[in-house]
Amino acid sequence: MKAFTYERASDAKAAVQAAVETPGARFIAGGTNLLDLMKLEIEQPQHLIDVSRLPMAGIEETGEGGLRIGASATNSQVAGDPGVRSRYPVLSEAIVAGGSPQLRNKASVAGNLLQRTRCAYFYDTSKPCNKRTPGSGCGALEGLNRNGAIFGASHACIATHTSDMAVALVALEARVETLSPSGATRAFPLLELHRLPGETPHVETHLIPGELITAVMLPPPPSGGQVYRKVRDRASYAGGLASVAVAGGNLALGMVAHKPWRAVDAEAAMASGATPAEAVARELAGASPLGRNDFKIPLVARLAAAAIGEAQDRLSGGRGA
Amino acid sequence: MSSVHDWAAPNPVTTNRSGLIGKGVDRYEGPLKVTGTAPYAYEVQPPSPPAYGVMVGATIATGRITGADTAEAEAAPGVLAVWTHRNVPAQPPRGTRVHPRSTAGSRPALESDRVYHWGQPVAFVIADTLENAVAASHLVRLTYDADAPDADFRARLADAGQPPGEQDVEIGDFDAGFAASAVRLDETWATPIQNHCQMEPCASLVWWEGDKCIAHTSVQMVKPAQHGLAETLGIPRDDVRLMTRYIGGGFGGKGQTYDDLTLAALAARALERPVKVAFTRQQMMHGTIHRPATVMRVRLGAEKDGRLNAFSIMTWTHCHQDGTFTEHASNFARALYAAPNRLTGHRLVKLDLPGAGPMRAPGEASGTMSLECAMDELAERLGLDPVELRIRNEPPSDPENGRPFSQRQLVRCLKEGAQLFGWDRRMPTPGLVRDGRWLVGMGMAAAIRGNFLLPAKCSFSVDAEGVITVRQGMTDIGTGTYTVLAQIAAETLGVLLGDVRVEIGDSELPPAPGSGGQFGAASAGSAALAAGMNLRRAIAELATGDPNSPLYGDDPELVTFQDGVVAIENKSETLAALVRRAAPAGLTVEGDSRPAADMREWSTQTYGSHFCEVGVDPVTGEVRVRRMLGVFAAGRILNEKTARSQLTGGMIWGIGSAITEGNAVDPRYGSLINQDLAQYLVPVQADIGELDAIMLDEVDDKANPMGIKGVGELGNSGAGAAVANAIYNACGVRLRDYPITPDKLLAGLMAKGM
Amino acid sequence: MRTTITVNGEARSLDLDPRTTLLDALREHLKLTGSKKGCDHGQCGACTVLVNGVRINSCLSLAVAHDGDEVVSIEGVGTVEKLHPVQQAFLTEDAFQCGYCTPGQICSTLGMLQELEAGWPSQETAPDAKPAFTDAEIRERMSGNICRCSAYPQIVAAIRRAAEAMA
Repeated sequence: MKAFTYERASDAKAAVQAAVETPGARFIAGGTNLLDLMKLEIEQPQHLIDVSRLPMAGIEETGEGGLRIGASATNSQVAGDPGVRSRYPVLSEAIVAGGSPQLRNKASVAGNLLQRTRCAYFYDTSKPCNKRTPGSGCGALEGLNRNGAIFGASHACIATHTSDMAVALVALEARVETLSPSGATRAFPLLELHRLPGETPHVETHLIPGELITAVMLPPPPSGGQVYRKVRDRASYAGGLASVAVAGGNLALGMVAHKPWRAVDAEAAMASGATPAEAVARELAGASPLGRNDFKIPLVARLAAAAIGEAQDRLSGGRGA
Repeated sequence: MSSVHDWAAPNPVTTNRSGLIGKGVDRYEGPLKVTGTAPYAYEVQPPSPPAYGVMVGATIATGRITGADTAEAEAAPGVLAVWTHRNVPAQPPRGTRVHPRSTAGSRPALESDRVYHWGQPVAFVIADTLENAVAASHLVRLTYDADAPDADFRARLADAGQPPGEQDVEIGDFDAGFAASAVRLDETWATPIQNHCQMEPCASLVWWEGDKCIAHTSVQMVKPAQHGLAETLGIPRDDVRLMTRYIGGGFGGKGQTYDDLTLAALAARALERPVKVAFTRQQMMHGTIHRPATVMRVRLGAEKDGRLNAFSIMTWTHCHQDGTFTEHASNFARALYAAPNRLTGHRLVKLDLPGAGPMRAPGEASGTMSLECAMDELAERLGLDPVELRIRNEPPSDPENGRPFSQRQLVRCLKEGAQLFGWDRRMPTPGLVRDGRWLVGMGMAAAIRGNFLLPAKCSFSVDAEGVITVRQGMTDIGTGTYTVLAQIAAETLGVLLGDVRVEIGDSELPPAPGSGGQFGAASAGSAALAAGMNLRRAIAELATGDPNSPLYGDDPELVTFQDGVVAIENKSETLAALVRRAAPAGLTVEGDSRPAADMREWSTQTYGSHFCEVGVDPVTGEVRVRRMLGVFAAGRILNEKTARSQLTGGMIWGIGSAITEGNAVDPRYGSLINQDLAQYLVPVQADIGELDAIMLDEVDDKANPMGIKGVGELGNSGAGAAVANAIYNACGVRLRDYPITPDKLLAGLMAKGM
Repeated sequence: MRTTITVNGEARSLDLDPRTTLLDALREHLKLTGSKKGCDHGQCGACTVLVNGVRINSCLSLAVAHDGDEVVSIEGVGTVEKLHPVQQAFLTEDAFQCGYCTPGQICSTLGMLQELEAGWPSQETAPDAKPAFTDAEIRERMSGNICRCSAYPQIVAAIRRAAEAMA
């Protein structure tokens, strides 16, 4: 790790101030992804502002019948919250499909959203990667890109966003609440947090410098069943090949794009009476696989259709098989 | 030279009077391990604070280092030294053996500007703290003149040749026999590069006491490590004391030492302070050996009744440019099934990849992944049960050399396994059994692994408290060496287990071959038995020669040892009382053992069977192992608890090789792409369902004086094939390119219209 | 940075490089080498300790961030003379071989049993149901601790035995 200074924030406003005023400053909460990357010098902050002790870990009902989840709540806290489990089961299921219990006990909600890709060429600092070293090229494009994106990739980057939690949150139409260095707060759809890679894959979100995610806001749960399904190479503690979150008529896909992917074409098709398989096929018509990840198209088609069916089963009382 | 017939005479282990042999006693060192107080190499507390060394790996696969800018690293906080090939202390050329009997030559680090593989250590940073050393290691700037790597194994199959000094083995006329067979199978399997992934990355801690080098490292074989280090340092072998008391997994990957040891020793000498060096997890992937990939062509020609008429397995594999290691994936099959016409052999190609080397059950682990699936396919074509097909090809004696089997209970393993597992419930037609979203299938495979005995020495002491101490330059990599040596000692000297101490993992102790090739317990244990017998003799002579002993004047041959008492008929005294009075400083004797001259007149193997039930999700191609049973025959078992753990561990390795494990090579870089435990997937707890191993009663008196054989690798042999066969039975998809991951299985399912 | 962490019940004051992980603080500064470094990246679980009663990977945590926290490492669980029931069960069931992942497995078990008791879900838990003490739940919940010797069946048996002893 490159040397850095460390401070423990006691006040959110002061933290965002410090973040813009201190060169090379970064927020740290759980640190399970940031420290991983700092050890490889993929991340090289000069100053860390620890926001994990700020009073932002609460999970509370909103006036509108939704839920406000504090940004520094741990993944485990959210997954085990009775309100989340009973009303947003897709979120709980998605969280426990990610990482390990130890990681979930440490990782924060905001950190989970802002985690960086697990692309092997991003992690190996001796290989070209436009996301890690802008302009160096993409080692994965012509390489072993089995985990690569099938939606929204560019010639500069084919990496995927690998959060499970974010996929469920997108299906639940979550909004992100932030605090800016100016002191202003804003809230916007989570779907608008992450960018597609384009020519600048190193710029991953629409956050402005120093902006701190303070909470995730869930609207009342959509009517209809909820299910999260993930396929991976071993039974647990592994990144996914693809995942699907169903929440009523909403459908989101994971590990297929640079951001959690809301399957709007499939949703529209379902709304107009298409079968789950037809609806997912509509979405996948827009996919562009790379060769080694061609399998993601049938995998997503089959997984999503199965998950939609399972969600409907759950709603009708059966649990599915 | 001795003969195996000498081993037939009863001895304390085979007599097992107090029943300690075979008993599943707790691990001797277990209390230290469960409390975190067993110090592994990096954790030994040196006499003064250590400096921290960090290695830097090459970022090319082949070529030369043209520039090394170390100025920034040298100027970084806390840095004590930065070495490259330009300024590393002088070392003798690789392989130098000044001492004619050295068991390993020198292993110089940073020896030249030549880069042989990606990740090869090319620079070394030493600093006052780990954090400073790691940070400075990122500041070393190396430039290279890189050559295009030759690293695409599958593209180079046609260029592979006979491994040095080897020939194909043909018996009868394979081509004619195959052509004349009623039912023929000709299929090709492939296994990827696999990595040991020991939980403890290789690590060394070294300091000097005057001219003497004190080295703690994590290695499976003590003597070659000590000798290799002495040769590298250019000092007498006795000036290196090498210790490896606790080892966080080996599996063959720590059969040799690496540059962590060389560099720690050189740096400790140069800086005159202790230095410790550990590989990072990422460095382990490229920086230590791996199991090389294979392509295996299996041809089976059978009569309609299932008897094999022709049998061939040919293996293509690879090693590094400066190596000769061959993954002998065809060899195991030579002793397995009867067939008059047989052809086996290997083809080897050298690639610009890191070192290929042995990994748990080298040969068998890969080879069974083809042959044992081929047998499953053949059984289906013949309409025979896979268990029955194997029984019909059971040879009366070794099918290649005609030697009698010392013991062979393969058929019993097959039959008992089938019965205990409920094999009769298997539907021969795939795809018929469903449980919720899972298609369920069963598969089986045979297991075989050779057995070996290597020369070893051991010393036994008794002190004035009657405590027996076993000392041996042996290792315990998790196999249970400490424990079985204690059991042998207690049984041989007739003392309580609690009155035995075991000291191993030290080059100053009598040499033993170490842990590997499942030869450890037999080799080390036989020497322990010999030493124990010598100590019995010494104690008997002490008693019968001591006028103050009630045994005085009697025949020392008649002395018995039981419950800490030496006795002849009704005359007795405690061992402690005898030693305290007659030899207050204690007694120490040595013993040794070596292979018998006529051992090779028998074909000596270990055998087993695996039965597996999997679920396959036909929608996603996911596989879950629901239950698995192994039945094994491996001679007398010294400790049923630790032996079972070895076997179940090996079975789980088979699960990994069937469905999760493999290093992918990007041939553009000559580099492995998955470099950590998030990307190289070993099985986790959730991958393993109900799983058990059963050991049949057996004594193999042609193997060694104790009648034991090894179990550390047997469990791995055939396990992966049983999983693959179960996957086929579940869903009807045969995949011959491991690992069987969801993407591959999905393609197969879709091709079947599922 | 001056940092005070209560380790195994004892307040320890350390002057630390901000880069020092909790794992390295334990191993290199406090000489508590029971917590192991298997991957240093949260991929194996060998470094698992309990922080304020919750299991985490100590390798992915800065020591300075734990100022004021209570840490329990394997050295605080039991001693050779007085093994904790989980340690005794691991010994009895032979739930380890090389022993390198073992301290992490044991600390993880302690955290896991509390999480189960508190009703935290896993992917084996039915929606909106309290998790049951089944083998499937144990396996899933212990999947953050890799054992390359693959003592997995024995670890499940040890956890069952320990839970019985502690009940």
